[in-house]
Amino acid sequence: MWEQIRSNQTRSVVLVIGMGVILLLIGYLLGVVFFDNALGGLIIAFLVWGVMSLVGYYQGDSILLGMAGARKISHDDHPRLYNIVEEMKIASGLEKVPDIYIIDDPALNAFAVGRSPDKAAVAITSGLLQKLNRDELQGVIGHEISHIKNRDVLLMAITSVLLGTIVILAWYATRFMFLGGMARSRRSSSGGGGQIIILAVAIVLIILAPIMAQLIYFAISRKREYLADASSALYTRYPEGLASALEKIAASTSQLKSANQATAPMYTVNPFRKEGRAASNLTSTHPPISERIRILRAMAGASLADYEQVYQKVHGVGKGVIPATAMALSHPTSLRAAGAEAASEEDKTEKARQTSDLMWRLGNYKTITCECGTKLRVPPSFKGTTVRCPHCGRANPV
Amino acid sequence: MIAVWVIIGIVVVLLVIFIAIYNRLVGWRNQVKNAWAQIDVQLKRRYDLIPNLMETVKGYMKHERGTMEAVTKARNLAQQMASAGAGERAKAEGELSSALARLLAVVENYPDLKANQNFLALQEELTSTENKISFSRQYYNDSVLKYNNQIQMFPSNTVAGMTGFKAGEFFEVTAEEERKAPKVSFT
Repeated sequence: MWEQIRSNQTRSVVLVIGMGVILLLIGYLLGVVFFDNALGGLIIAFLVWGVMSLVGYYQGDSILLGMAGARKISHDDHPRLYNIVEEMKIASGLEKVPDIYIIDDPALNAFAVGRSPDKAAVAITSGLLQKLNRDELQGVIGHEISHIKNRDVLLMAITSVLLGTIVILAWYATRFMFLGGMARSRRSSSGGGGQIIILAVAIVLIILAPIMAQLIYFAISRKREYLADASSALYTRYPEGLASALEKIAASTSQLKSANQATAPMYTVNPFRKEGRAASNLTSTHPPISERIRILRAMAGASLADYEQVYQKVHGVGKGVIPATAMALSHPTSLRAAGAEAASEEDKTEKARQTSDLMWRLGNYKTITCECGTKLRVPPSFKGTTVRCPHCGRANPV
Repeated sequence: MIAVWVIIGIVVVLLVIFIAIYNRLVGWRNQVKNAWAQIDVQLKRRYDLIPNLMETVKGYMKHERGTMEAVTKARNLAQQMASAGAGERAKAEGELSSALARLLAVVENYPDLKANQNFLALQEELTSTENKISFSRQYYNDSVLKYNNQIQMFPSNTVAGMTGFKAGEFFEVTAEEERKAPKVSFT
């Protein structure tokens, strides 16, 4: 019944069309200002957009994962993570287990990519793997899987390509205006005052366009985050898992090294969030974490209707976040109990060790345990046949 | 003449609607079947994991013969019920789940076992398989609910009635003892 969410994306579609209109506008203005011909500008805008769309559609995933420095893992690399992803795949009714990537970064974050559910992937940071217990990890993965299931990934890819095109065109337009502006204004000075006003308006609009496009982009992204939280609670039947994961994420201070403005909305929480500062509502890709936690914790059951009820309590009746078609199919679902995992100190060190072992292994390092108990990490570029233990001096064969 | 064309038109429209509804019902029935297959995969995986678990645990748990035998018995019983209907099978699998839970609970008393890498790996697989069973059950029951709604609601119920679609059976897992209300005696 969750695919119904997809069929009710009217608001998102309207916003995407809004961005498209901004793109047309900027193309038109480019034409007017530089070529004295609106069509020329429109053609350029379309060409840039077309090329970026093609690249984004076919190469977007690998570019994004490559930029984040993500490495693909299999079941044996980290059985628990693999199992959790598989569990959420089953709960959501996806047909294929998404590829799983790990980003070597102490920051706590995760994201999903893929133009269709068959070609999807989830990526999580090693910090997250290390800090979260099973239930919390399940909540985060549930959130990412629902981005895939609800086709948010595709929607965000389309909008980020639109945004990118608008930003690029506006950037070059302003550059050229400063370089070639003099010649242009001298030529047009004979055209009279009316043309100068049009030119001024065009320049202002070109400068404003990327900002407007960005605001629309943020609006789309925020809405999808709430929806993904609601779906995660439904899949796991345990909203507390995601809530407590978000709490840990909010408390951590490290920022993600590899994120940038364009990729920010892909993440579970905004990677640029500054500590102790509530992002203003319009310019944030993600809703405030504290509010997301509050909604999740106040849920009486696990259904979409339960989430909607709490959301309306926070935002006012009538401002729903769950599409009506999905609500109509929502039926009462009860919450489950917490998982059996005890979060003891011993457990935490063990988890930290497992995660760091995994990261070394993914980097093709060889691990040799010396007889004295010291673990030696041998880099893949090491050519020798033996390595001396720095602790006890024994020579170990590689 | 016009009347004939109108009648033909109405018949064609009705036929198209009929076919559309029929195809949608088939789609939903296939989703139910597919969801059932998912449960089946996970239940089979659990049958396969249990002998390994017993082999690993045997050496450590000298005093838990009863608990271990209960698991093996429940597993064999569940495997025999594998071809039964959803309702009966769910009951047998529920018994197995609770027998396994009892076994994993007493592990706490055996620190040596808890340090065994082989056991830890098995425990992760078993925990995850239990989760996968309940998640696939969730998905199956949601699919059945959606399918049954369509079978019972107008107008798809007429099509379902004519072409012989039968309501799906829910997979409700609650072990017999859990379902019984606790006995309270006032003496």
